[in-house]
Amino acid sequence: MTGSLDRIFALVLRHIHLWRSSTMRLIDSIYWPAVQMVMWGFLSEFLAHQTSFVGQAFGILLSSLLLWEVVVRGNLSLSIAFLEEMWSRNLGHLFVSPIRSWEMASGIVIVALLRTLLGMVPVSLMAWAFFGYSIYTLGLPLLAFFAILQMFSWSIGLAMSGLVMRVGQSAESFAWAAVFILLPVSGVYYPVSVLPEWLQWVAACVPTSYVFDGMRSIMTDRLVRWDLMAIAVGLSALYLVAGFQVFQWFYRASRRHGTLLQQGE
Amino acid sequence: MVTAVSVRGLRKVYGEVVAVDGLDFDVAPGAVMGLLGGNGAGKTTTIAMLLGLLEPTTGTIAILGTDMLRKRFAALPRMNFSSPYVDLPHRLTVRQNLTFYGRLYGVKPLGPRIAEIAEAMQVAAFLDRQTGKLSAGQKTRVALAKALINRPSVLLLDEPTASLDPDTADWVRGYLKAYQASTGATILLASHNMAEVERLCDDVILLQAGRVFERGSPTELIRRFGRDNMEEVFLDMARGRGRGLDSLRTGDAA
Repeated sequence: MTGSLDRIFALVLRHIHLWRSSTMRLIDSIYWPAVQMVMWGFLSEFLAHQTSFVGQAFGILLSSLLLWEVVVRGNLSLSIAFLEEMWSRNLGHLFVSPIRSWEMASGIVIVALLRTLLGMVPVSLMAWAFFGYSIYTLGLPLLAFFAILQMFSWSIGLAMSGLVMRVGQSAESFAWAAVFILLPVSGVYYPVSVLPEWLQWVAACVPTSYVFDGMRSIMTDRLVRWDLMAIAVGLSALYLVAGFQVFQWFYRASRRHGTLLQQGE
Repeated sequence: MVTAVSVRGLRKVYGEVVAVDGLDFDVAPGAVMGLLGGNGAGKTTTIAMLLGLLEPTTGTIAILGTDMLRKRFAALPRMNFSSPYVDLPHRLTVRQNLTFYGRLYGVKPLGPRIAEIAEAMQVAAFLDRQTGKLSAGQKTRVALAKALINRPSVLLLDEPTASLDPDTADWVRGYLKAYQASTGATILLASHNMAEVERLCDDVILLQAGRVFERGSPTELIRRFGRDNMEEVFLDMARGRGRGLDSLRTGDAA
């Protein structure tokens, strides 16, 4: 076990060294969430003066945006952590070292978490500074939301990293874009009830829909829906296990097909 | 005594292409074995299977007595690898790269080992420089330092002196010979440099179309082919000609 912890720590440290040598990589983590937050922040302020509904629910848009960014950044951070090894043509050395695939997955999950925090914490503070809105008013459930959304984003990131490992860098765009297919069914900016019935069934299968419903419940009714939270936790855990299994499956397929040797397009 | 590398019936098929076609060979502990062949002969595929990067279609591989298809993580800490076609992260300094791989291989104590290998590989002066900013020769020495960081018992090298100037290449060969002599490590190398093979290898496997075409020490192969050096032996194999080869094929020369 000590050996495993050493290897996971080595992988995390390797990425921290990388960030220290390239501040552009960190700026990239903050840039898009910041742009989005500023844009939606001004829109929220404008709408707050136009309609009483949005006026009452001031902050919902910003909260939705920030929580959705947790999903996007989580997925991106994990994918980038894996892709860094491909971009540096280092996978061959990694896979012939004693690091196991679960250790590698654990390492890049920790790296993704750190990177997401490095991006999202400053942006949430900017939302407070610019618009006087603090997402931390969501209280303790915010921690649960964050954990659920991170777990779910890692599951997508792991599956997509596996796909890129198997297919090559031509599949890289999937790593960036895969998460957005879930945006319509996640109920980020609207309740899931507005979806057609068959899409509501799809929404019921993704943990994000429960998180955003739960968030709206807190903000509009001051009610913490632990039932929704429990379902979301269960689903996220299932997806995380499934994401790792998909990563493993692609890893085994890559070893069969020789794509670990040919890391290009 | 356990053989360092034992390969039986090794075969790799991609669709209709047979990359490696039923290899059988053993490498004795402490031997330096050369794997030679033209492009597409199956050298890289064989090395990738030995390292566990590629799953064979059929066959078995045992390294230091460990079944690599079932328990490769028991053998990997005692192996290492270097290739000019696989990089180390460019943005990390040499020290950070050696620390990273030292930790992955469980090297303890790591600091003194990095200092020792950096000194031996003559990279100590630029330990804190980014790896991507080094010259090709310096990068090759850093890659070798990484390959030796865990004092491997089995070292696999793909083109260990590619892109090196003759002086540095000669120094690397000398170091590898000395490492093998002092540690008793087994070295398996793929190379297109025949002078290197003559100098380093005790034993050579000539691969053609994924099969063992011929095997022996460089001296034996040169004698059998009736040639003056390994370069000529290689050309005979690659072009299907040669004084000794015709008789060899009919079985007269063996």
